[in-house]
Amino acid sequence: MKQNRLMLIITLGLALLALNGCKPKGPAGVTTGDAASKVYVAPGQYDEFYNFVSGGFNGQMAVYGLPSGRLFRNIPVFSVNPESGYGYSEETKPMLNTSHGFVPWDDLHHPALSTTKGEHDGRWVFGNANNTPRVARISLATFRTEEIIELPNSGGNHSSPFITENTEYVVAGTRFSVPIGDKTDVPISSYKENFKGSISFIKVDPQTGRMNIAFQLRTPGFNYDLSRAGKGPSHGWFFFSCYNTEQAYTLLEVNASRNDKDFIMAVNWKKAEEYLAAGKGRKERARYAHNVYDEKTHTATSTMLDEVTVLDVMELPDIVYFIPCPKSPHGCDVDPTGEYIVGSGKLAAVMPVFSFGKIQTAIANKDYEGDFAGIPIIKYESALHGEVKKPGLGPLHTEFDANGNAYTSFFVSSEIVKWNVQSLQVLDRVPTYYSIGHLCVPGGPTAKPHGKYVIAYNKITKDRYLPTGPELTQSAQLYSIDGDKMQLLLDFPTIGEPHYAEALPASLIKDKSVKIYPIEQNEHPFAAKGEKMARVERKGNDVHVYMTAIRSHLTPDNIEGIRVGDNVYFHVTNLEQDWDVPHGFAIKGATNAEILIMPGETQTLLWKPLAAGVVPFYCTDFCSALHQEMQGYARVSPAGSNTPLKFSTGETASQK
Amino acid sequence: MKKLVFLPVILLLACTQQPSGSAEVASAPLPGGQSNVKDETSKPDVVRIAVNSNVHKTLVAALQAADYVDALSNVGPFTVFAPTDDAFAKLPAGTVDNLVKPENKATLQNILEYHVYVGNIREDQIRDGMVLNQVNGQNVTLNKTADGKITINGVNVIGSVSASNGTVYVLDGVLLPPEKK
Repeated sequence: MKQNRLMLIITLGLALLALNGCKPKGPAGVTTGDAASKVYVAPGQYDEFYNFVSGGFNGQMAVYGLPSGRLFRNIPVFSVNPESGYGYSEETKPMLNTSHGFVPWDDLHHPALSTTKGEHDGRWVFGNANNTPRVARISLATFRTEEIIELPNSGGNHSSPFITENTEYVVAGTRFSVPIGDKTDVPISSYKENFKGSISFIKVDPQTGRMNIAFQLRTPGFNYDLSRAGKGPSHGWFFFSCYNTEQAYTLLEVNASRNDKDFIMAVNWKKAEEYLAAGKGRKERARYAHNVYDEKTHTATSTMLDEVTVLDVMELPDIVYFIPCPKSPHGCDVDPTGEYIVGSGKLAAVMPVFSFGKIQTAIANKDYEGDFAGIPIIKYESALHGEVKKPGLGPLHTEFDANGNAYTSFFVSSEIVKWNVQSLQVLDRVPTYYSIGHLCVPGGPTAKPHGKYVIAYNKITKDRYLPTGPELTQSAQLYSIDGDKMQLLLDFPTIGEPHYAEALPASLIKDKSVKIYPIEQNEHPFAAKGEKMARVERKGNDVHVYMTAIRSHLTPDNIEGIRVGDNVYFHVTNLEQDWDVPHGFAIKGATNAEILIMPGETQTLLWKPLAAGVVPFYCTDFCSALHQEMQGYARVSPAGSNTPLKFSTGETASQK
Repeated sequence: MKKLVFLPVILLLACTQQPSGSAEVASAPLPGGQSNVKDETSKPDVVRIAVNSNVHKTLVAALQAADYVDALSNVGPFTVFAPTDDAFAKLPAGTVDNLVKPENKATLQNILEYHVYVGNIREDQIRDGMVLNQVNGQNVTLNKTADGKITINGVNVIGSVSASNGTVYVLDGVLLPPEKK
């Protein structure tokens, strides 16, 4: 052995066989000649699709155009955004309130576009907070976060925010099982005994979109990863991938990979509704925040709620069934017909496709191979439509086109594989650069895929772009799927981590986009809906500045009588009623951020002056030729001084 | 067993391997995958460790024939059981030559997949009797004696090298996947 080792020390590392010399390389060979014309959107022309791309660890959601890959917006959702003042302005701070207090950051993994009859309806996009479990709803008219609801009894809201066919429910499944209830201070090693899963069904009001937790399913303790709702024949059901059925609580990379099969969990949510209607739900104490942004007052309110209704699937039969699925299933995707459910075991050599019809038959015949915590486990073969054999290495996620084909991402072999859902035959494969995670076909998870493209959201960038030090942009890649062969058309960089994305035709939303907020509808309590209403009021140590902004001055722009120790609230109303003329506001030394105020809107910046002096403020958004003139001064006097409170715009000493 | 020391002596040699080109690759040339990233600063990955070794020429050729060079250059993590050239030479004459033929690609892939576990099993994590489910879906059994000697399905582990994306265990024999029932 010793001798061998010596030999190896000598021989290992002797030569680098230049692999680079063995293969064609460089981007030159990647695309064929017509790729550029397929992604070229001429100046002034519009993209065909909006692509809503989660920002992953930046907690935001970005909006790109397809096929150009151009970035249009970065919508702040779960993370503060000093660029717009989201989470810094007094109006938006409540959006980030939780049972833990103000949380300025989260990890947004999955967008979900609202659907009606299983098709995109262009109303809202939902997003999940993975760290401090929450679900957000964003308006597709304003591209703003309108509502955030926190999820109690959850740890790592990963299988979320997937939605039912008519957006009846948004689901939120816990990644981590956790101790729930009165007894939560327990040894971690008591996982099997004390840890439970929790799946929240959030009801969405069909008119307003308002969310509330209708019920939570209490489920066995392991990890819930991803999910999809049934549609068509499987409407009324939901499917979740489950891993760590080993119930490991340490070194999961080893200990959660032991079982040959984990589960797909099939949930009959119509049955759950029946139990709920029959009063079988158990009211449990829970503390969670519900935050709503009001477009009329331009202000968010945060309400703490203290109760959820729980349906325990280990006590109430027929809600939940397990289907064995090889090796730590990740993606759990339902095809456009609603008949087939694709389980992607990320460590598995085959990809099972389950049949909803067969699952129903198996349940009817009690074709079970046992149970887990009293929940029936359907026999694998009885639920199986078939397996895609040797599809690639490390299957993760599957989206669909309108022609019966599926597109699955493979992380380990770094490729997209196209296969036929009926025949299970592999039809085509293309490499991605590098290490694809999620992928997106416009409309790919819906009953009516729009097709045309598949976009890879890659985890590793390395040498794809000019280097920018150790931290690189992440990379998306656009492929045409119009022909039999997928064709790489474009790389485009993304901000944050492009975790998952959805895309829909621009025609579904572009004409509904809000341009301005009508000033007469502004119900903000501190709005100054005209310069004559601009004023400064003192209430104890609070100074409220009712300020207006219009090209090219702020009213008032001279303020005196502020004292060290005051809380100065600049309530700035943008009087413009002109599309794309926001104003910004910032004051020297403010320890938060700027605020951006859209036409007709009021936003508030809190400033706490710490020293006497004259402090400049100005408009931060280049608004006109005289933008640089849009400025003012606030005089700060020592605490306890009696400098009179006064304010003006356009008043000079010579006029007095 | 001590960890082998990796010596990053880099000699750029002309490529002696034929590209693993199938007809498809030839007609529509694709760029290199992650194995082509020019990076001589980072710790070597499992592929580069095999490439840098003088006793894994057969394994590297096999990985190329199976189109697995890029996959194993991925972030992994991987535990790779790497038979030496001598280990391959112990197979019946002509076996390797046969396996690297394009028509036997699936068989070759299956054998190589049986040498890879997705997950980084460090030496101190190996317990006697540990079972790993390999990439091809079949299991291997690791054994460890009191003095630290490790075998996998009875084949000797004669060294280990830590890689950026996992661990390479050097084997003195080739693991043959059991016949599937």
